[in-house]
Amino acid sequence: MDPVSTRSEYRKREESITLSPLEEQLAVERDPSGGVTEVLTLNIGPHHPATHGVLRLLVTLEGEVVRDLRPIIGYVHTGIEKTAEDKAYWKVIPVVERMDYLSYYFNAMAFCGAVETLLECEVPKRAQYLRVIHLELNRIMSHLVWLGTSALDLGAMSMFWYCFRERELILDLFEQSSGQRMHTRYFQVGGVIEDIPLGFEEKLREFIAIMPGRVDQYNDLLKRNEILLQRLRGTCPLDEESLLALGVTGPLLRAAGNPWDLRKAAPYSSYEDFSFKIPVGTVGDNYDRYAVRVAEIYESVKIIEQALDGLPEGPHITADRKVALPPRHELATSMEALIHHFKLVTEGFRPPPGEVYYPIESPRGELGCFVRSDGSAKPARVHMRDPSFVNLQATAAMTRGAYIADLIATLAMLDPILGGIDR
Amino acid sequence: MEIIRQSIGDPQSFRERGLRARDLLRGDLEGLELERHVEESILTTTLEKAVDWARSNSLFPATFGLACCAIEMMSIVAARVDVARFGFEAFRASPRQADLLILSGRVSIKMAPVVRRIYDQMLEPKWAIAMGACSSSMGVFNNYAIVPADKFMPVDVHVPGCPPRPEALMHGILKLRKMIQDDPDLGWRERYGAVGTEELLPEANPVVENPGA
Amino acid sequence: MPDQVGLELIATALGESIPGSVLETTFFRERAAVHVAPESVRQVLSTLKEDHGYRALMSVHGVDYYPHEPRLGVHYELLDMGRVDRLSVKLRVPLDAPNVESVTPDWPTANHQEREVFDMFGVHFDGHPDLRRILMPEDYEGHPQRRDFPLGGEPVLFTHNEVSSPGWTR
Repeated sequence: MDPVSTRSEYRKREESITLSPLEEQLAVERDPSGGVTEVLTLNIGPHHPATHGVLRLLVTLEGEVVRDLRPIIGYVHTGIEKTAEDKAYWKVIPVVERMDYLSYYFNAMAFCGAVETLLECEVPKRAQYLRVIHLELNRIMSHLVWLGTSALDLGAMSMFWYCFRERELILDLFEQSSGQRMHTRYFQVGGVIEDIPLGFEEKLREFIAIMPGRVDQYNDLLKRNEILLQRLRGTCPLDEESLLALGVTGPLLRAAGNPWDLRKAAPYSSYEDFSFKIPVGTVGDNYDRYAVRVAEIYESVKIIEQALDGLPEGPHITADRKVALPPRHELATSMEALIHHFKLVTEGFRPPPGEVYYPIESPRGELGCFVRSDGSAKPARVHMRDPSFVNLQATAAMTRGAYIADLIATLAMLDPILGGIDR
Repeated sequence: MEIIRQSIGDPQSFRERGLRARDLLRGDLEGLELERHVEESILTTTLEKAVDWARSNSLFPATFGLACCAIEMMSIVAARVDVARFGFEAFRASPRQADLLILSGRVSIKMAPVVRRIYDQMLEPKWAIAMGACSSSMGVFNNYAIVPADKFMPVDVHVPGCPPRPEALMHGILKLRKMIQDDPDLGWRERYGAVGTEELLPEANPVVENPGA
Repeated sequence: MPDQVGLELIATALGESIPGSVLETTFFRERAAVHVAPESVRQVLSTLKEDHGYRALMSVHGVDYYPHEPRLGVHYELLDMGRVDRLSVKLRVPLDAPNVESVTPDWPTANHQEREVFDMFGVHFDGHPDLRRILMPEDYEGHPQRRDFPLGGEPVLFTHNEVSSPGWTR
């Protein structure tokens, strides 16, 4: 088999040097008088230090000004949704966690929430509060990684080490509660897998005590830094109408002035018990996007403190033995517990047939999980409406007419996570 | 990877060594004394060993973060597990300047040719670490969309984990360092007869018809 | 979510303005869904946006209902931010005529999402400005997320054991 002759047009184009679908159009449009304007189509990625993962951009440049931008994704497509159809419901949780790999608790929460809605299963109050604590810790951690890598993109390299110093503290907390730093399968259908151990509360209180001071340190470094202001202030704004039309949610929408946050609008998992503010920007440029996310860290610390103070006693997972595993000491004494354990581990629970879409507020926007159940022990369809996937469509609108340097800054402020985009 | 510490010894012998060094510099040291001094204070080795030592202690990893493992790879650059103490903090963006490819994350079928191209662009000697379960074996996802790294490029060290802790990745890198220092028989290179891998160049004068699809 | 009564009112209003569009309504676990005929989906979404206030399209995703016919489904998740209401619009198309009118001209957010449904399920969106595969390589054959597409996967193989592993061509 001769590989060259069976290569498709697509492959030949990928291996060629000139990719010019946009050049011809724009060269003709821009100069009707007959002169030649040179327009360059540049391929950024998929391997590039500044694209937060394997994102490929076809950028059409006139000099240094971006005229058009087309993102090409799919370089880390893992077929997670297809794999999820092959596994029992609780085995889907670790698989689905690896989609948006910086906000793994959120992926698990969306999925567990959807399945709990299908099952009409009550999650005990303590489990809800524990979930909130871990979700907000994950939100802080995601914003820290975003801040570190964005500052790295903009040239402020020392921020990276400061942010990752705090991230290590948070990962220590995750390790204490679940044993894993990342992709902890801590959230289970019906609650959380284990109650928090002794010492978690003290360590968490220490963390809450120092975190606001650390964010003040970051602000001292960055907030009134002349270079940051020049690079972010006034660059690539996009108004609220366009953002809504493009389906953008999360800090990007809040930076443009719309205070849409699912934690306040449609509270889930006891978020209505906590009082916190939603930081909102005014102009919708890169500086507002940056400021909104940093302010959100303060608010998340407040939520964690309230959740920890108000943590109720109770079970950490639902008592419904048809959904959650019985505690191990019961297996020695109760026959029913043994049978339930056996059935759950070998086959898993069977939700009634139906379709549910469960949206939550992840650090990047609305993360929704669609689960379709056909009555068997494996889901018939799992789909994550990933916020980064939808937010990416706004990149072209934001960066038209801006310089390449602004393009890099905008990508950083967009906070795309390719695992969620490609799934 | 042991660090051998030699004590200075008693002050008298230290002074003697100092005086001998001064004589050497003046050109006054001769004969037996010279031989003994050379034996004690100068490290003799083969050129290969020296070069291997230098190579192993100054690996330039290529920034190649694909998925979740990339975050843990960023953690090794951070302060807690500090890769700069070994000299590997200079992550180069250009494959031409890098000699270590840390494949961190799942390699999809769309990405595999790109990885291969970057690996080809790296100059010899080059090494590859498959970090995490997804790149070494299929990991959590054994399905249509992922390719294990061994299928399209040779890998020297596999680091298991999902994602591996930064300490685990560090252990893998140090293991690779030891491999380079010991100048192994370079296993897969001998079997393939591969000293340099070819870079796949695009066809000259490609004809792009109807590219606007 | 609109409650059951609200859902029925919306469905009736839709049925009157666009005859033949509403096939069914479902109210499951406090979530409202309207099943529509595939030809009318763009008009239905526009009517819901203008007359009923569902101005945000949050998600467009596909489902394969194998073995029930018609097999391929496309779901549109609508959101009314003012009243915090969600409504799903669902349609189903058979495998031999998987054509749905694209809503991208009205809702720019559906651009990449419809491409994904096309890539994974093979539903062709007529009128989409740039219908190409988005997640798989563009010359990939097959639509992976369909239920009869095999899961795939590889036996685990390392460079050091390729000679001894069975089936590895040498």
